Amino acid sequence: MAHDSLYAAPPSGADTERPAGRLAGLRGALGTWDTAIVAALVVAVLLAGLSVQNFATGRNAQFLLLDLVPLALLALPMTLIVVTGEIDLSVASVVGLTSTLMGQLWLSSGLSLELICVLVVLIGAVLGAVNGVFITGFGLPSLAVTIGTLALYRGLSFVVLGDQAVADFPASWTAAVVRTIPGTSIPVAVVPVLLLALVFGVVLHATPVGRALYAMGNNDEAATFAGVSVARTKFWLFVVSGAVGGLVGIFWTLRYASARGDNATGLELTVVTAVLLGGVSIFGGRGGLLGVVAGVLLLGVLRNALQLADVDANALTIVTGSLLIVSVVLPNAAADLRARLHRRRRRAHLSAS
Amino acid sequence: MSPGAPGADSAPLLVLDGVTKSFGAVAALRGVHLALHPGEAHALVGENGAGKSTLVKILAGAHAPDTGRMTLDGRPLQLRGPADARDAGIAVIYQEPTLFPDLSVAENIFMGRQPLRGLRRIDTRAMNRDAERLFDRLGVRIDPARPARGLSIADQQLVEIAKAISFDARVLIMDEPTAALSGVEVDRLFGVARSLCERGAAVLFISHRFDEVFDLCQRITVLRDGAWVSSDPTTDLTVDEVVRRMVGRDVASLYPKQDAALRDTLLEVRGLSRAGVFSDVSFSVRGGEIVALAGLVGAGRSEVARAVFGVDRYDAGQVRVAGRILPPGSPRKAIAAGVALVPEDRRQQGLVMELSVERNATLARRRALSRLGLLLGGTERAEARQWTRRLQVKTSRLAAPVATLSGGNQQKVVLAKWLATAPRILIIDEPTRGIDVGTKAEVHRLLSELAGEGLAILMISSELPEVLGMADRVLVMHEGRLVRELPRAEADETSVMFAATGQGATA
Repeated sequence: MAHDSLYAAPPSGADTERPAGRLAGLRGALGTWDTAIVAALVVAVLLAGLSVQNFATGRNAQFLLLDLVPLALLALPMTLIVVTGEIDLSVASVVGLTSTLMGQLWLSSGLSLELICVLVVLIGAVLGAVNGVFITGFGLPSLAVTIGTLALYRGLSFVVLGDQAVADFPASWTAAVVRTIPGTSIPVAVVPVLLLALVFGVVLHATPVGRALYAMGNNDEAATFAGVSVARTKFWLFVVSGAVGGLVGIFWTLRYASARGDNATGLELTVVTAVLLGGVSIFGGRGGLLGVVAGVLLLGVLRNALQLADVDANALTIVTGSLLIVSVVLPNAAADLRARLHRRRRRAHLSAS
Repeated sequence: MSPGAPGADSAPLLVLDGVTKSFGAVAALRGVHLALHPGEAHALVGENGAGKSTLVKILAGAHAPDTGRMTLDGRPLQLRGPADARDAGIAVIYQEPTLFPDLSVAENIFMGRQPLRGLRRIDTRAMNRDAERLFDRLGVRIDPARPARGLSIADQQLVEIAKAISFDARVLIMDEPTAALSGVEVDRLFGVARSLCERGAAVLFISHRFDEVFDLCQRITVLRDGAWVSSDPTTDLTVDEVVRRMVGRDVASLYPKQDAALRDTLLEVRGLSRAGVFSDVSFSVRGGEIVALAGLVGAGRSEVARAVFGVDRYDAGQVRVAGRILPPGSPRKAIAAGVALVPEDRRQQGLVMELSVERNATLARRRALSRLGLLLGGTERAEARQWTRRLQVKTSRLAAPVATLSGGNQQKVVLAKWLATAPRILIIDEPTRGIDVGTKAEVHRLLSELAGEGLAILMISSELPEVLGMADRVLVMHEGRLVRELPRAEADETSVMFAATGQGATA
């Protein structure tokens, strides 16, 4: 029950109704995708630590985690969106456009950086709302709409700054985002990421909204009949995705002290890969946030280890692409196998109906 | 009551003798006998879970029997797959045929064996002509060149039948073909079935509707809990007798609506219109009352229910709940106002099939059950358990996907989901479609109880006995208009059917 485990019943001690028998045991052992990903993560860390020079160092841990921040942040709303059966491919372009807008505002508006940051998050939300209007208002497929805005927002970010870069951000700010928790090599930026992950996890797994997301991801008509406002919920998901994109735009700009039109180009591929690797079904309705966190970490560790091992950037893209395919194919193959076992069990139970 | 032999005036075409089939520890069929004679329509009846579907799957070649013998024309018959069944001349028509919607009717019939002309191009003209001939033989008119998309379910079934006879099928199995058909369509289907019988085909007809069974079939086989109970000529049987054999006990009354004290008007619909769907529909339902909305399939009954509940918008009119205007277009507000809708299509609208029993049962209560916006500590499980117990839902565990339940139990989960919202108004669309007799009686008793507790119930049903047995008042719709209102005393089969077919006086 790879993906089922998270949205199905939360473990409740009082419940003694357990499926019995060999088949059920096998179903359990086929196990959760989450377990597999966590195991893969452990193996990857051990292997990299043993075989890749400089992997197991504090300095590398710091950079690894810092590199993961944008990926982890963007994967949070993406998880919720994919659970509803939609997708947002414009996230990296939102990062690029908000980054250049931040640079342009800092260069020419004279506003304080605090205010600019707030504005940039709001602009991100507006960019997400544009996606939301086309998808829920006009009923267009999110795949098509966000491929369009992927190109549109990226194009606009070059309109904003051309091929210039804005780099003269205050050193106090740029140093702040890479600072580590005293006495450790863990960046401070990890803390808000974890808090946000907690919030998204709770929303997805322990609130009425989360229940509605899974319902509409499986069957939006039945969700509508149960009083779920499908269009409205999806609209707000895209707004949140845009706002988080703005947040990442700020982080990216400060981390590299550079607002450029090509910031975060191609990151959407990595984000989608991490989410699917985390066990969220591309068809919607299945998956959970814990798996996605593990997926983000696994992808980050792999990329970092390969970079340290001097594997070139093209090979990294090949790895990411292959993982994307694998994470779509494997759960489907597993689900297929499970369905067969399940059918057998079901036949055994109420074949005669 | 010995299998097969008695009363048959010809040698049986297809015989099943002592067929058993088990899945794991569960015996789905235990020594079933069945003899289908050429020229005869044979009914197979039983509650859900009696083994009908397993039997159909064996005949369709999808399952192999564990023990027992099958013969066709006296020769042993072994089916290793659906292709074997087809080659043996056995065809199954399902309740909802699965055609390729974007291909033409003729292409659907001749899929994989289209007539070809030079360069292996498909000879469309020959194909359409052949399809036309098949339809002529059936005495129906469907354009072979039109796409299958948009065909009514009745027409889709006829396409499947045409396909079956193009394979020279001699045994036609119809698995609940009439569940989604209107009266006229049923008559046409039966006409086709009878003419196939006249040509020497054997028809196996599976249905929950006894009027149809007695109308069409010469012989009735009853299954109960996977075991063969009896096979007798229809003329020796009565509906009561068949029901008694199916359930193994006497059913006191199928439709036990008790009189309840009428209370205030809870649902009031005034001049509701939606262009091209229904117009100027006005009615009201009082607490303690069951009002049935009768009419043919396509008369606009479900559409009215959807509009009242807010799933669809309407162009004009007003809905009041306990005197207050219900804002249009929001199921959430309707639920908050105390309206519940048990929709027509259980699998598509009523339930999220992939989710667990527990999630489905509490989906409409997800807000009410949350504390400070959070759903924690097994509140959903407790709620789901309470309701599944009260409605006696049979499930191995609450975390099981609802798709694993039988039809009747699925319907109970839908009911649980809505009753948990403590509604004042219950709109229930086809409350007992496709569920077994035992569960049916439970649902009817439950509706009667709920009315007794003061709920206003609007029931849409295509089953006339259900309408007549359960309703305090019957509203009849015809082509999008409310044409007749009949109090219980005046409602009978004739008056309702007259109005439903547009022949009655307009109310």
